[in-house]
Amino acid sequence: MPSTAETALRRTALYERHAAAGARLVPFAGWEMPVQYTGIRDEHLAVRREVGVFDVSHMGQVQSRGPEAEAFLQRVLSNDVRRIPEGGAQYSLLCREDGGILDDLFTYRLAACEFLTITNAANHEHDLAWMQERAASFDVDVIDCAPEFAMLAVQGPGARELVRGLADGPLPPRMHCCQRDVSGVPMFVCGTGYTGEDGVELLLDPEHAPAVWDALVSGGAQPCGLGARDTLRLEVCFHLYGNDMDVHRNPIEAGLGWCCKDGTGYIGAEAVAAARAAGTPEKLVAFAVEGPGIARQGNPILGGGVVTSGTFSPCLERGIGMGYVASERSEPGGRLEIDVRGTTRPAVIEGKPLYRPKGP
Amino acid sequence: MNGMSDASYPDDLLYHPEHDWARVEDGVATFGITWYAQEALGEVVFFEPPAVGGTVSKDEPYTEVESVKAVSDVVAPMSGEIVEVNTALADSPETINDEPYGEGWLVKVKLADPDEASSLLDAAAYRALLA
Repeated sequence: MPSTAETALRRTALYERHAAAGARLVPFAGWEMPVQYTGIRDEHLAVRREVGVFDVSHMGQVQSRGPEAEAFLQRVLSNDVRRIPEGGAQYSLLCREDGGILDDLFTYRLAACEFLTITNAANHEHDLAWMQERAASFDVDVIDCAPEFAMLAVQGPGARELVRGLADGPLPPRMHCCQRDVSGVPMFVCGTGYTGEDGVELLLDPEHAPAVWDALVSGGAQPCGLGARDTLRLEVCFHLYGNDMDVHRNPIEAGLGWCCKDGTGYIGAEAVAAARAAGTPEKLVAFAVEGPGIARQGNPILGGGVVTSGTFSPCLERGIGMGYVASERSEPGGRLEIDVRGTTRPAVIEGKPLYRPKGP
Repeated sequence: MNGMSDASYPDDLLYHPEHDWARVEDGVATFGITWYAQEALGEVVFFEPPAVGGTVSKDEPYTEVESVKAVSDVVAPMSGEIVEVNTALADSPETINDEPYGEGWLVKVKLADPDEASSLLDAAAYRALLA
């Protein structure tokens, strides 16, 4: 039987802030995380219209450092790591030999031979072990940095202005990162996010996270929970690991072939290249429900297929989602029928993203 | 902001432990969900009323309310036939949060057995259940 210590939920450095703000805290990937503060719709719209701040400290970090750090990451990550400049960022997948997706990751190149990779909380331990096992034949140190970082996402048309006002210098452009003092605290500022809006993600010493959180909230950022994070990412069709792809799906059917560079020799490259050449029986599509109803994860799609993510879109004010259907009926404009707890709801396959942010 | 600012459980209603209320008048009961239920659910974004003429059975789900994040079954506090539904909620489901005991009512039911009321909780007992 697991001990109490093993089953206890972990808390981020901002737990007291969340509790004091009246957040609803829920278990998520072994962490006690805020799902909402004032309400998912309010928080969602704050990010689309102004600025919101998310505690994403549950996410993990793995540092790869050493003369062969680039060669090592080129072997384990699906994208072309050589193309990340110093201070650059790149999205990629961690795949098995058979192409099954182990995780999706952002990797930042902090220096020529030093990289920081962000893992999904639920996958962090496995990703770390997977990477460390495969690092043995490279001159690289693969280090678990998760305890060293709190992570805040500041997102929305007003995000950059807010953070710039607290920073000691210009912010990195999209898909870049740099070291800055924000609110007097040294940190990595990264031009990335998971909402489709402009904004930055901040990686900092957990000890200073509450002070930085307070400065951002005082500056007008709406505290946002994982509920809004999910609706925001689904409107712009960003994948959620565990919902929209997992180890039983390959990048091609998940629509992530664009971040798999088959010539780089990464683990899984041959299987992914084969799937790309042959096509896949199913593909992940985005859809909008026509009329009333909200399709949810696990709802069957009639004629074969399943909803992998489904929610109510605060911007589109209708049910939206993603799901796998047979490739021959995966084109935008195609009609679907979804079994929503016994009621058949019509939906239309849409192009991605479902919602296009308006920008600042 | 979601819902009413403070918890309230009016004394003139009967309560079911699954967080539903009934207001019984002349053999017809109005049903809704309690302040606690709407608060737990969060902002209601979708409610499709059940069909008029349908029957509901005490302790059994008869409809659903949905927030952005989740679907929640609504349990019938008493048995009977649905004689009226709150169609206004299709356009403004958030009324269930704002006025759970007023304009946020869900259905009216012609009771099959008005004596079922004796098994429901009064406001004091329901508050004790939540405490």
